[in-house]
Amino acid sequence: MTLEAKERRLGWGLVAPALVWTGAFFVLPFVAMLALSFAHMEGRTVVHGFGAGNYVRAFTDWTMVKALVNSLEITVLVTVVSVVLAYPLAAIIAFRVPARWQRLALLMAVLPFWTSYVVRSYSWLLVLGQNGVVNKTLLGLGLIAEPLEIASTRTATVIGFVHFFVMLLTLTIYANLIQLSPNYMRAAQDLGAGRWQTFRHVVLPLTLPGVVTGAFLTFVLCIGDYITPQILGGNAELTLPQLIMLQMGRSGNFPLASALSVVLMGVVTLAYFLSARWLRLDRL
Amino acid sequence: MRVLGWIYMALAYVFVFLPVAVLVAFSFQDGRLPVPPFQGFSLRWYEKVLGNDDLMAALGNSFLVAVVSSAIALVLGFLAAHALARVRLPGSVLMRGVLIAPMTVSYLIIALGLLTMFGAAGVKLSLWTVGAGHVVINLPLCFAICFAAMGDQQRSAERAARDLGAAEWQVLWHISAPMLAAPLAAAFFLSVTFSWDEFIIAFLLTRFDVTLPVEIWSMLRSGLSPATNAVGSLVFLVSVTLVVALELLVFRRAK
Repeated sequence: MTLEAKERRLGWGLVAPALVWTGAFFVLPFVAMLALSFAHMEGRTVVHGFGAGNYVRAFTDWTMVKALVNSLEITVLVTVVSVVLAYPLAAIIAFRVPARWQRLALLMAVLPFWTSYVVRSYSWLLVLGQNGVVNKTLLGLGLIAEPLEIASTRTATVIGFVHFFVMLLTLTIYANLIQLSPNYMRAAQDLGAGRWQTFRHVVLPLTLPGVVTGAFLTFVLCIGDYITPQILGGNAELTLPQLIMLQMGRSGNFPLASALSVVLMGVVTLAYFLSARWLRLDRL
Repeated sequence: MRVLGWIYMALAYVFVFLPVAVLVAFSFQDGRLPVPPFQGFSLRWYEKVLGNDDLMAALGNSFLVAVVSSAIALVLGFLAAHALARVRLPGSVLMRGVLIAPMTVSYLIIALGLLTMFGAAGVKLSLWTVGAGHVVINLPLCFAICFAAMGDQQRSAERAARDLGAAEWQVLWHISAPMLAAPLAAAFFLSVTFSWDEFIIAFLLTRFDVTLPVEIWSMLRSGLSPATNAVGSLVFLVSVTLVVALELLVFRRAK
């Protein structure tokens, strides 16, 4: 056996366990779910078959369409707001904070990241709820007469999400900004570019792949999340994950839940292709 | 302009810390509700939480699942990264794609798929099924971190070891892994925190033994309570201690 063939066999041996695991617990389950999405319910039993009924329902039943629209609206809003809020914070930490304090500043900025995800949403309930800190403070200051209804609305969901993703994006954007050679910015300024021009034509294009990668990650995590809308948004308006959980739990309609999941995955895939040009998933 | 930047940074910190500060503050509430007004300082909710057997069992389960699933993910990810970075294999771009793919799929979908498959195969739900799911979500992360960290520097050292007669497992164990100690530790630690904190897979794939996030979730159903604050604060304390320890031990030394 040649050296190359031997090396190749070794390579296959090393990569095989990971591939087998991914195949058995990711690809195969997905195929099973896909197959189930074409089944339908008769009473409370699943009847396997090959019908598109669930998909027709997903795009014609108003409850389902509304959930998809809600999810998309919330996710796009959250992604945009989070990027816009995180970029300046990351830039301030990268360019203004003295180098020896940057790690600490960054660590502090993302410290609440390490609270439990479920607890984080719950904490916002304490802040935004009817008797929460915000309402009690505003009432105490006499700025409002009635408590604001923020909890159990879309606003609360968005605030909870933005809080989480600002931290995530600050990390990823900072990592990109710090890799920029200061020479680029110096060169731009020597050539007469102002602060804004330097940012617009040098810094932003160079950090765009990192920003898009972070934004894509935000999109994926946000649109698939059940906890935050369930705890903060309540049941007043459903997101797609909430609807999927509802279909599984209350109605036990696994085929429909599967079809809705496939739709959810389709949306993410679409987002992937829209941002693929700038995505660097293997370089997070 | 300069002042504006500092003000912005201060406001951002306030926003980021607000919910955590409220959470921790009202875990000491001497009353039944974790909202203003603050009625006095008490440790009774911590006492209650630490004496709660269900919670402590869930804590143990979470720890077990996190450590075991992260270790598996790290080993699989490291080996695959080593193979794909070092050996020229046909279809390596495709393989990298497959290994990274779970990262772009919502946990809910991964959970639902596993639930469907385990149901069809008649596999009983347990901590093992949760662990299998957690390996799926952490494997891409471990793989990506290891793959990115494989440099030419290690390649030469590995080749030297091989020329001196080391078997491949010896190369991996004595050369590659120690040279990548910092990224390996980071990947393992990140995996542990992701698994530790993961809710939806753990929620859908367990029956009787639940993990901590699922237990906290069931606490939430009975409404606001300083007990939930106490649990949250404890989890936060433990995580922050780990982050600081990792920062001091691994990253300081790596520099």
